[in-house]
Amino acid sequence: MIDLQLLALLATPLAGGIVLAIFGSRPWAAEINSVVSGCTFIISVLLAINIVDTGPQTAFKEQFFIDQFNVFLVALTAFVAFTTSLFSRPYMRIEQHHGKLSTSMLHLYYSMYQLFTFTMLVALTTNNMGIIWVAMEAATLTTVLLVSLYRTPASLEAAWKYFILCGVGIALALFGTILLYFAAERVLGNGGGALLWTHLNEVKGELEPTVLKLAFVFLLVGYGTKIGLVPLHSWLPDAHAEGPTPVSAVLSGLLLNVALCAVMRSKVLVDGSLENHFAGNLMMGFGLLSVAVAALFLSRQKDIKRMFAYSSIEHMGLITFAFGMGSKVATFAALLHMTMHSLTKSAIFFAVGHAVQKTGTQQMEHIRGLMQVSPTVGWGLMLGTLAILGMPPFGVFSSEFLIITTAMHDYPWTTPILLIALGIAFAAIFGRVQPMVFGQTTAQPLPHSPALLPVFIHLLLVLVLGLYMPPFLADWYRQAAALLS
Amino acid sequence: MQIPLILQFVNLLASLLLLLVFAMLAQRRILSLINLFAWQGGILALSTFIVAYSTDQHHLYYSAGLTLVLKVLLLPWLLHRLVRKLKIRWEVETLINIPTTMLAGIALVIFSFNLAAPIAELAQGITRGLIGIALACVLISLLMMLTRRKAVTQVVAFLSLENSLFFAATSATQGMPLIVEFGIALDVLVATFIFGIFFFQIRETFDSLDIAHMEKLKDDNA
Repeated sequence: MIDLQLLALLATPLAGGIVLAIFGSRPWAAEINSVVSGCTFIISVLLAINIVDTGPQTAFKEQFFIDQFNVFLVALTAFVAFTTSLFSRPYMRIEQHHGKLSTSMLHLYYSMYQLFTFTMLVALTTNNMGIIWVAMEAATLTTVLLVSLYRTPASLEAAWKYFILCGVGIALALFGTILLYFAAERVLGNGGGALLWTHLNEVKGELEPTVLKLAFVFLLVGYGTKIGLVPLHSWLPDAHAEGPTPVSAVLSGLLLNVALCAVMRSKVLVDGSLENHFAGNLMMGFGLLSVAVAALFLSRQKDIKRMFAYSSIEHMGLITFAFGMGSKVATFAALLHMTMHSLTKSAIFFAVGHAVQKTGTQQMEHIRGLMQVSPTVGWGLMLGTLAILGMPPFGVFSSEFLIITTAMHDYPWTTPILLIALGIAFAAIFGRVQPMVFGQTTAQPLPHSPALLPVFIHLLLVLVLGLYMPPFLADWYRQAAALLS
Repeated sequence: MQIPLILQFVNLLASLLLLLVFAMLAQRRILSLINLFAWQGGILALSTFIVAYSTDQHHLYYSAGLTLVLKVLLLPWLLHRLVRKLKIRWEVETLINIPTTMLAGIALVIFSFNLAAPIAELAQGITRGLIGIALACVLISLLMMLTRRKAVTQVVAFLSLENSLFFAATSATQGMPLIVEFGIALDVLVATFIFGIFFFQIRETFDSLDIAHMEKLKDDNA
């Protein structure tokens, strides 16, 4: 049962990627892209139901491992990938109409989009710490050409920076993985079993602490580059600002989560071996630094996509910080915040994408009066902004509230830093978005009707989860949190 | 204590590897840099082969073969072709002058030996002390990546980084599981192809492969 579901989950985007690599230039490629992503999402839901019912399971001779934690990310990834594919269909057509993209660029985009989904799903479901690394590197490789899709000097520069920085980061993560294997080999013996997470988890108490400590530093710094933790974040705003908007949405909403998942898997092992709060402290430090630095940089931005990219750094910092605190409540809050951030941030990027198309610029001072031309884009951006800034009744409020109250209880000295950073971010983002939405318009109507359904589905979900959390979902999160802390 | 002959040989290769990384750091010509990279791959393949022979790990033979084909023959050949096709004949340009980077490299070696000392004590048999050298090679390759201005030299540095990591994997742990090594090799190969695509795109857009042209993206004027 699980073998079959997992096979379907991974084979669908892979097959989709191959089909689109052949037929990607046909006019119906966008529809195929959405259908494949839709199928992946349905399969992920079936898999999630199965796992929530039966508990953690391994598949394919223990090469894959699925528990409540990663199946939740699998479902979230497949969902956002699906809605992004719905959004990208009209978005990319408008870009083509504006003469920014050629058919061959779209061809590349569609096939890489599916392969990117595939690599993320492999990274999430694999049980092998080595394969996580391989899949993370493959995720960089599939997106790097998408960042430079427009072939402008700025986009090439962004892609080069992304490639080199993430290449360096991921190389450090490989060194961490080698050290982990070095420690594991002494306990589990040489061979394929010594990198399987489930095996490592069983013997984590016997792993050599000094080696694991060093391994975790390398793994955190390496995968942290991907998460966008300060000071390794400088690729992130560039890649988000210069790549096509659907790519910004999936990078921000999904890839960062996948990298965080890899860090959490390592943290569980290190905690078991060291039996102190070393890994947690390190994550809290990086998290706090990211929140504070990102908030300061936020207020200096002039490009709308760059500004929201810094907001992603801030939120990933907050999530890393919450995971670092490590108590069950904190982990629960971090998981909740991961969900809310993915949904809200991708919704914002969808709205921003259309706003930029309407006004023809990413410079915020030239975007004015969206509400006049298109109330849906205007409201989408406004509500999304309010949601990401943590206004009640949206779900981001509940998760941020939970994180801050936990911090107040366990580490009171961190609360002022968090609150000030969130306050600065609020002032910066709200002050910029408000004149963009209201005021005299500069916008033009679009040749294709924009896809705003995904924006409102995401925001509705965030709103509903903010008002009422269904018991089964709360249970699911609680189980996932129990696995991690 | 008498050190076994094979271990002495691996240690010799490890020091040669470190020497080569320093040679790459000091090298001013791009073609010689690529040749040095091929030599590095050769030493890596040889050391993998010796570890495979001495520990009787069969999958390491495949790994050695893979290294030989990929890193000694295929990648240097591809890079040579690229350099010829793009008509690059310039010297390597560095951001910081070479003697300074050499000094920084020495500091990195001392740092990595200190960092690896507690781990090296745990290692038995063939691996003892090699982790420090491997880590030093990794960090020096990183340094090389950060201080070079031309895209091609950055890529060679990236590949040398990958080589150092492979050396760490074989010398410290007698090789990662085969499936992981294959995955890594595939990633490196794909990365090199993408780098190749990039070279053409960058040159088309900037008329040069100098990274210095690509400093437009700053927070203030973005």
